[in-house]
Amino acid sequence: MKTNGYNYIKKLQIEIIAIVLFFSLIPLFALGSFLYFQFTQTYTQKVTNNLRTIVDNKKKALDMFFEERVSQLKTIAYTHSYKELSDEDYIRSLLSAVQSSSNSLIDLGIINSDGEQVAYTGHYNLKGVNYKNELWFHEVMFKEVYISDVFMGFRRFPHFIIAVMRKEEGSFWILRATIDSNIFNLLVQSVQIAEKGDAYLLNSENILQTPSRFGKQVMEPSDFPKTPLFTGTTVRENFSEQNRMIVGMSWLEKKNWLLVVSEDPTEAMTPLFRTRTMVILLIALGVMLIVTGAYIVSRSIIRELIRSERQKAALDANLVQSSKMAALGKLAAGVAHELNNPLALIKESAGWLKDLLEEEEPDKIANFKEIEKTVNKIDLHVERAKSVTHRMLGFGRRFEPVSEDTDLNKVAEQTLSFLENEALHRNIAIEKDYLENLPSVKSDSAQIQQVILNITDNAIDAVGKNGTVRMKTGYDPKKEEVFLEISDTGPGIPKEDLDKIFDPFYTTKTSGEGTGLGLSVSYSIIEKLGGRILVDSTRGKGSVFTVCLPVRSEK
Amino acid sequence: MDTINVLVVDDETDFTELCVKRLRKRQIAASGVSSGYEALNFLEEQAVDVVVLDVRMPGMDGLETLKAIKKAYPAEVILITGHDTEECAEEGMNDGAAAYLIKPFDIEVLARSIRKTFRKKKIKESQPAGEKGC
Repeated sequence: MKTNGYNYIKKLQIEIIAIVLFFSLIPLFALGSFLYFQFTQTYTQKVTNNLRTIVDNKKKALDMFFEERVSQLKTIAYTHSYKELSDEDYIRSLLSAVQSSSNSLIDLGIINSDGEQVAYTGHYNLKGVNYKNELWFHEVMFKEVYISDVFMGFRRFPHFIIAVMRKEEGSFWILRATIDSNIFNLLVQSVQIAEKGDAYLLNSENILQTPSRFGKQVMEPSDFPKTPLFTGTTVRENFSEQNRMIVGMSWLEKKNWLLVVSEDPTEAMTPLFRTRTMVILLIALGVMLIVTGAYIVSRSIIRELIRSERQKAALDANLVQSSKMAALGKLAAGVAHELNNPLALIKESAGWLKDLLEEEEPDKIANFKEIEKTVNKIDLHVERAKSVTHRMLGFGRRFEPVSEDTDLNKVAEQTLSFLENEALHRNIAIEKDYLENLPSVKSDSAQIQQVILNITDNAIDAVGKNGTVRMKTGYDPKKEEVFLEISDTGPGIPKEDLDKIFDPFYTTKTSGEGTGLGLSVSYSIIEKLGGRILVDSTRGKGSVFTVCLPVRSEK
Repeated sequence: MDTINVLVVDDETDFTELCVKRLRKRQIAASGVSSGYEALNFLEEQAVDVVVLDVRMPGMDGLETLKAIKKAYPAEVILITGHDTEECAEEGMNDGAAAYLIKPFDIEVLARSIRKTFRKKKIKESQPAGEKGC
């Protein structure tokens, strides 16, 4: 029954812990993840914006580079005539003049309307080469300005050209320059900020125009997804393959090349990951604290609950016992009364017989002696029955206890004096352990003596022969109670009988020896005096009866 | 020694009868009736010194009878009962009962109680009126 009672308490504890955890962990996790995501967003935005700025600047620089080259060439074309520029010596000096301020131009060539290179200056011997069938030749005729993709051309190495056309005297000619791709590559790649960052250019066919730092060489097709033309700058996360990248890209204005700058997010986001670790650690710490707190709180609640539960159980048991005693008392008194009338009649009848026998002459009645003996027996047994009914009445009676200063030691000692002879006969040692200066109690010493007598008598009977009965008095300042402990070395009381011993007519003695009323009368006496009787018994070791009396009267 | 006139009142006629016989054997002039009404009627006709009165009786019970007797007659009353309750005894004593015995009792105890009560009654009567017992 007890374990059942505590099962629900265990369940309650789990419930309390669960509720506390639920209501404190949810806000904790919510706050943690909110902060983390907010930080992530902010930080990602910052990284993105950073990349966007880089791409923007780079794009402007590249556009500027093209614009400068184009205007350089245009300036040359429009300030000189075809005749002047056809002179190879002249363009040689012109190239070296240009290279003195910027060495991005490798060579210069003049091409007439038939596509033939009429003058050339540079490292390669390209004079007289005919470009008539080259695609760019036709394009420059339409657009007047042309910037090529990177190609191998006659030179057998990747390069690109810028060409401008000038119309002169009904005809036209073209000034063409080759751009040093090394300088151009440096210009593109100077953007790299981080270790795993990359920057390159793609043409509209997705062919690399500058080498990618990790992997492909110039003029190889790129893995980068083909991107349609758009204006402005875009930054997006690219989850291609195993490595995540943040990619910023923008189409150049002067040439339809796509500038791609990529960054490794793990590198850029290191502070973010550190923050995440911190957040996780803090949440873990918080969870630990909350779990510990919840456990401690629930444990103290549960402990309090168990305590009050026990108190309640004790109170209930007490209440049950008292109401049982009250009901039994009423019953006992009723029975006693009903028996007393016939007993009185029997007694009077026997008495009358005795009276009559006195008048007879014994010699004249044959069985005079037997009759007299029988009548006396009747009288004797009526006396016996009377003692039972009178004790039963006493059990149900509500006596008015007197209140006098009572020294429990003295009362115990007095009571023992009645029993010491009996104990001696049975070779039972009586040990006394009285607390000196025991506080006196306001109580009814005659009633207490009755109780001590009952219990000690039982103790002696329980021991039988050769044993010990121990009397111990003491004071419990916490409860403000004095107590008398009467222990014996008897056989003990079976556990299942422990709650019956205070019931009227419960006895272990053979009929005629005990009425089974001693303990129940004792119980009601002590209860009326505001005290308690406790019993503890171990089979084979003996029983301990403790009578507790309040030092302060309850009135 | 004066003859003591005693009336035993108990609804158990067997008990009354035996009681009367045994008291008479002890030189007490006893008579018996079995109810409160009869007791009052008896008192109307004869002088009685001590009434032995059962508390629990059908009809008019012992305490009522006690009050009625005390109102109208000089007789002393000894209450007898098989039922021992505090209030009952207290009420009886307050109403002027001289003694209170619990059944079953020894006839000698009753006889002694009757004689004692009778002596007290005599002493009371010999004293000047107005000084009623406390």
